[in-house]
Amino acid sequence: MNVTKPLALAATALLLATGAAWAQSSEVRIGVALEPPALDPTAGAAEAIDVVVYQNIFEGLTRIDQNGAVQPGLAESWEIAEDGLTYTFSLHEGITFHDGTGFDAEDVKFTFDRILAEDSVNAQKALYEPIAAVNVVDPQTVEFQLSRPDGLFLFNLGRGDAVIVAPESADNNASEPIGTGPFAFVQWDRGSRVILERYEPYWGEAPALTKATYLFISDTATLTNALLAGDVDGTNNFAPEALAVFENNPQFKVLVGSTEGETILGTNNAKEPFSDLRVRQAMAHALNRQEIIDGATYGYGVPIGSHFAPHHPYYLDLTGTYPYDPDAAKALLAEAGYPDGFSATLKLPPVAYARLSGQIIASQFAQVGIKLELISMEWAQWLEDVLGNKDFDLTIVAHVEPFDIGIYADPNYYFGYDNPDVQALNETLNATIDEGERQRIAQEVQTIIAEDAVNGYLFELAQTGVWNAKLDGMWQNAPIEGVVLRDIHWVE
Amino acid sequence: MNWQRLLRHPSLVIGLGAATAFALLGLISLVWTPYPIEQIVVARRFLGPDPAHWLGTDHLGRDMLSLVMSGTLTSFLVAFSALVIGVGIGVPMGLAAAAWGGAVEWLVLRISDVTFAFPSVVIAILIATLAGPGELNAILAIGIFNIPVFARVARGGALAVATQDYVAAGRLAGLGNAAIAARHLLPNIASLIIVQATIQLSLGILAEAGLSYIGLGTQAPATSLGLMLRDSQSLFLIHPWLGIVPGLTIVLIVIALNIAGDGLRDALDPRLRREGLNHGAG
Repeated sequence: MNVTKPLALAATALLLATGAAWAQSSEVRIGVALEPPALDPTAGAAEAIDVVVYQNIFEGLTRIDQNGAVQPGLAESWEIAEDGLTYTFSLHEGITFHDGTGFDAEDVKFTFDRILAEDSVNAQKALYEPIAAVNVVDPQTVEFQLSRPDGLFLFNLGRGDAVIVAPESADNNASEPIGTGPFAFVQWDRGSRVILERYEPYWGEAPALTKATYLFISDTATLTNALLAGDVDGTNNFAPEALAVFENNPQFKVLVGSTEGETILGTNNAKEPFSDLRVRQAMAHALNRQEIIDGATYGYGVPIGSHFAPHHPYYLDLTGTYPYDPDAAKALLAEAGYPDGFSATLKLPPVAYARLSGQIIASQFAQVGIKLELISMEWAQWLEDVLGNKDFDLTIVAHVEPFDIGIYADPNYYFGYDNPDVQALNETLNATIDEGERQRIAQEVQTIIAEDAVNGYLFELAQTGVWNAKLDGMWQNAPIEGVVLRDIHWVE
Repeated sequence: MNWQRLLRHPSLVIGLGAATAFALLGLISLVWTPYPIEQIVVARRFLGPDPAHWLGTDHLGRDMLSLVMSGTLTSFLVAFSALVIGVGIGVPMGLAAAAWGGAVEWLVLRISDVTFAFPSVVIAILIATLAGPGELNAILAIGIFNIPVFARVARGGALAVATQDYVAAGRLAGLGNAAIAARHLLPNIASLIIVQATIQLSLGILAEAGLSYIGLGTQAPATSLGLMLRDSQSLFLIHPWLGIVPGLTIVLIVIALNIAGDGLRDALDPRLRREGLNHGAG
């Protein structure tokens, strides 16, 4: 190899680097830990998909803003009939998909028919089951008929799972997503990055950024160095253990906000000995929640006593239901017939909060005689073993979907909780529109599952973003999965 | 050979002494550590060295000295078990190649070539995919990597011995290949094997640390020096101590074993000093 080639390469790299610095005022590079398995948010449950595409490439009829409120999206307005069963949406005019095809009511009908089809692979299909029919009134008007009132219908329409796709491109969205959003997909270098560019004919207000690159960096030390070196401009969620590196650095800002991620010690209620309420109560008493929060989230997690987000208006503080009390735990175990405790496995997905919490919980449970064997696994294996085959004793995972208490009404869900009272209450809740009444029912469900100690309720994950101090417009909280680029801009 | 002659090699004394000290430290952890290694007390994490915790505490408030002791044991145990696999399979292979020659020799050399072509990490990934990560996985991966090293050393040494007159005499007296290998070849290459074993032990400790570091070796709540390094990785900028302790321990153990290996080589067979020794491919 001669010498000129590396030199030329170095010169090119230098030019590229300086070029990037000049153009920085309208470009952003965001580091994220997980690479999405595909890019179609209507055909997968992975949060990593929404992080890249939600409200950037794809939009729904409504959209969720950074406070968790429902805002008009592709629909500029809507009317709800008296009985709460008919929703009529007026669509914006002049909207096009990124491939140039027009958007109209037919696309909306196609999208929801696809979600509700027999062979649908939508991760949240159950949320849209109340939809009885989608009728195209005219190209600018679409009418939804529901089989029962649904208090969360408008919110659910704003989720990543219900973004509008076109019949021409829907099949290829997994690798080449085509939506109506302010950013169009440019390329995906697998294992490395996804590049988006501003879609100039966008129907709404044009975003400040012209280009956004999502870089997939799973290793915390690498991401730390990339941030310090300026190779990435920010990340929406940085490992809390290393946050101190950036906390007093004026070049960075740390945004600590809330998420919808209830982290629980998932318990197989259908299996011995966890089918015994006293055993579950004993485990709840054996958990020292504050130590887990300090050790696994460096104090950033918020304690929860039930499966509900603490910042939600319906939240009821149930953290005192089973206070940390090893002696009470031992007494309950003895009463249940396990005076010497028992052995169980704890299957841990590859996320830091789970692995750390697992080690801490194993140490805490050992004090009351419960011996845990920690089994670390990759996501694919976890999804198959735990979520799919329910082949587990205990696990630790964060449920990141907003308002997901309804999972306790599904006896086939992985933790196997079968309580007819909760199932009936959940049905009433879904059909109730009155806010006060909804709050009362939601709180009743929270109380029941807390007292039943269905799972070990640990903490609400925090969102700990680290961004270049000159960037503005990022969401501090994460009321829904996604990193929305719409308002992000550079300030001098 | 006597002990006085051995003790005339200072590198041997220092190396062997330090390595034995580390091995003893590890063995003690079987019956006693200052604190139980699985005892997590978050309230006392990130303490520096103090009288209560000589090497401080880690990110979960575990005592670092206890972790280092237990981790050293894991490292020695894995490296030693892998050594047993390597010597147990590799040496007979090498001796067979030298004693029989011909097709047997060709086969042994080709098997060695193929095994050499796969780095231990690739073998470990393969085993981890089939059987899941763990200490046994690390032992197998490093052990398989050790086999061709010993096969080559044994064959090389045995070939040199096989031309000696007493071997020819033994053959004339009617000894078979197996008997020649066991009675004449093996005793004469024993020193070579011992020296190579010391070197492979240090490489094995390094390999175990590497495998645990990338998550294929020892799993929590058990510990090893590599796993401690892995835990400290994201915290290194804030709490460098957490990485320095296991890192330095690995460095010291490996240096001690290498010095011991060099000293042993000089002490057991002065001729090898001139000829040099195959240190194995890392």
